[in-house]
Amino acid sequence: MLRFEARPAPSRLATLLSPLIATLATVVAGVVLFAALGHAPLRALAAFFVQPLATRYGVGEWVLKASPLALIAVGLAAGYRANVWNIGAEGQLTVGAIAAGGLALAFDGTTSPLLLPAMFVAGAAGGMAWAAIPALLRTRFRASEILTSLMLVYIASLWLQLLVHGAWRDPEGFNFPQSKLFGAAALLPVIVPDTRVNAAVLLTLAVVAAAWVFMQRRHAGFEMRVAGLAPAAANYAGIPESQTVWRGMLIGGACAGLAGVGEIAGPIGQLMPSVSPGYGFTAIIVAFVGRLNPLGIVFASLLMSLLYLGGEAAQLTLALPSAVSGLFQGTLLFFLLAADVFIHYRLVRVRAVPAGAA
Amino acid sequence: MDTAVQLVVLTLAAATPLLLAALGELVTERSGVLNLGVEGMMLTGAVCAFIACVKTGSPWLGVAAGAVAGAGLAAIFGVLVLTLTANQVASGLALSLFGVGLSAFAGLDYVSAVVDGIRPLAIPGLTTLPVVGPLLFGQNPLVYVALVLLVAIQWMLHRTHAGLVVRAVGESPESADAIGYNVLAIRYGCVLFGGACAGVAGAYLSLAYTPMWSENMTAGRGWIALALVVFATWKPWRVLAGAVLFGGVTLAQFQAQAAGVDVEPQLLAMLPYVATIVVLAIISRNPMLILRNAPASLGRPFRPDR
Repeated sequence: MLRFEARPAPSRLATLLSPLIATLATVVAGVVLFAALGHAPLRALAAFFVQPLATRYGVGEWVLKASPLALIAVGLAAGYRANVWNIGAEGQLTVGAIAAGGLALAFDGTTSPLLLPAMFVAGAAGGMAWAAIPALLRTRFRASEILTSLMLVYIASLWLQLLVHGAWRDPEGFNFPQSKLFGAAALLPVIVPDTRVNAAVLLTLAVVAAAWVFMQRRHAGFEMRVAGLAPAAANYAGIPESQTVWRGMLIGGACAGLAGVGEIAGPIGQLMPSVSPGYGFTAIIVAFVGRLNPLGIVFASLLMSLLYLGGEAAQLTLALPSAVSGLFQGTLLFFLLAADVFIHYRLVRVRAVPAGAA
Repeated sequence: MDTAVQLVVLTLAAATPLLLAALGELVTERSGVLNLGVEGMMLTGAVCAFIACVKTGSPWLGVAAGAVAGAGLAAIFGVLVLTLTANQVASGLALSLFGVGLSAFAGLDYVSAVVDGIRPLAIPGLTTLPVVGPLLFGQNPLVYVALVLLVAIQWMLHRTHAGLVVRAVGESPESADAIGYNVLAIRYGCVLFGGACAGVAGAYLSLAYTPMWSENMTAGRGWIALALVVFATWKPWRVLAGAVLFGGVTLAQFQAQAAGVDVEPQLLAMLPYVATIVVLAIISRNPMLILRNAPASLGRPFRPDR
């Protein structure tokens, strides 16, 4: 008989291997699913994971989609390490896009090089403001930030729809619910020719690097980790819980807001009823698969971005619904959480103990 | 008078999915397990119920399929958090994300399908009675199911031995284990029950409330149900009060639109979500209320040392 036995110390090897095991298990699950749907598994896998990256443009799309995921996940991870469960990044992204988009529309026609930086500041501020609501409710009233941050996703989405259906609708847009196309001064420059990869990717890399320094080298990062690992000890050491909550929520909100700006000033170029294909939710998975570590998050974001692209490719070549991406993303997280059991436990073989021998 | 009666009927109709899902989650949480995957289980229940109904033509087989699907997802969650002692918050989130993807995938061919669904009761001679007719004999059958479930859970939790054991497991799994109860088995049972309830809540949406399937049709009701359990301070009767309150808010949104109130529809649609936040803040404000009523081991994994 096999049973789990607690390890004396968490296994570093299992911590690093678990995402790989989970990825492999997801691929195997994918093969089974493809076979069950009557597709040649190898051909389907190639269509899913290889074909999207066959062209220069495809590789560009891969990076372009990974960038907001990594950006948001790095912000969320700062909170998750401290047990601050911000799951409303999608809403913070939306409000960031509303704030920056409002600025772009208000200064439509300007050629000032300051517009774009101002949009990023507005976006970060918008995301932080939206994240401040759950932070305030948690610190003042102890309301669960999980539920409040999620409710705010729906409210933000309705707010954006209200704007693009009403006040901010393009008067010459044939009544489509979308804003005017932004002027050139509000659009990010493309930095790799023949792709859509824009300067937002550089911002993501900068934030990832800053997050790594914050986490490893700065006292504040250390405080956040302590607050997550041992709340009582943190409290005793004079790290108030409210400070941890505020930091965790605001960092997450700022990053999500920036990601929202990257979308509307990048590939979208205007405000639409929806400005994200669920990046805020997918980033939660990215944060976990990346082990809440900035470097790990970069790899996880590339993996998850490939799942998005693979879903789109599978829709074209295999006539599979693109919803299969969401399915794979969820499956990956399941396998990861299951594989994580080996961080704290190991399997040992035990002989059946004869009755009464205890 | 007729309008008032109709309002009560419509409010109950809007409250029923919240009531079903929240009651299931309440039992799960009373056993000490926090399952944040209600939204995913509801969606999967909704789509499976709809597909089963289209395939078999029987809405009640659909409801059964919804319950099984909800319990099936809950079983995955159970393996993760009970057998493998994974983090309950992360696993619940995973379940919700997975359920959204799974239901969208499974329901793709059924987006424009039509079913007869489950109609409100119409008993000749009774339903047409004034006032009491529509109230007692004119609701959707699943509304009665939800109300019966409420009474049953209230009675089970507080008046039976089984309920005492569930509460003991939620308060102190170590003690329950020490006197010989199988904590994991009891928690598995409660998690599966919660999943089945969420699945039926989803089936109600896709077969009775609006007989159709569309992606993400639960629109956050699973999350509102989670908030309702906190609002109810883990007491079944108060879940009914909360569900009716939120049903009323949902209804107010449609009534205002029908009455031609000059407010943007998106603003009205925000109401249930704003109400959830406000209510959560008010109820959580009193720490004693939560501390005294929340199951003591909620969210804490348990591994028997035997």
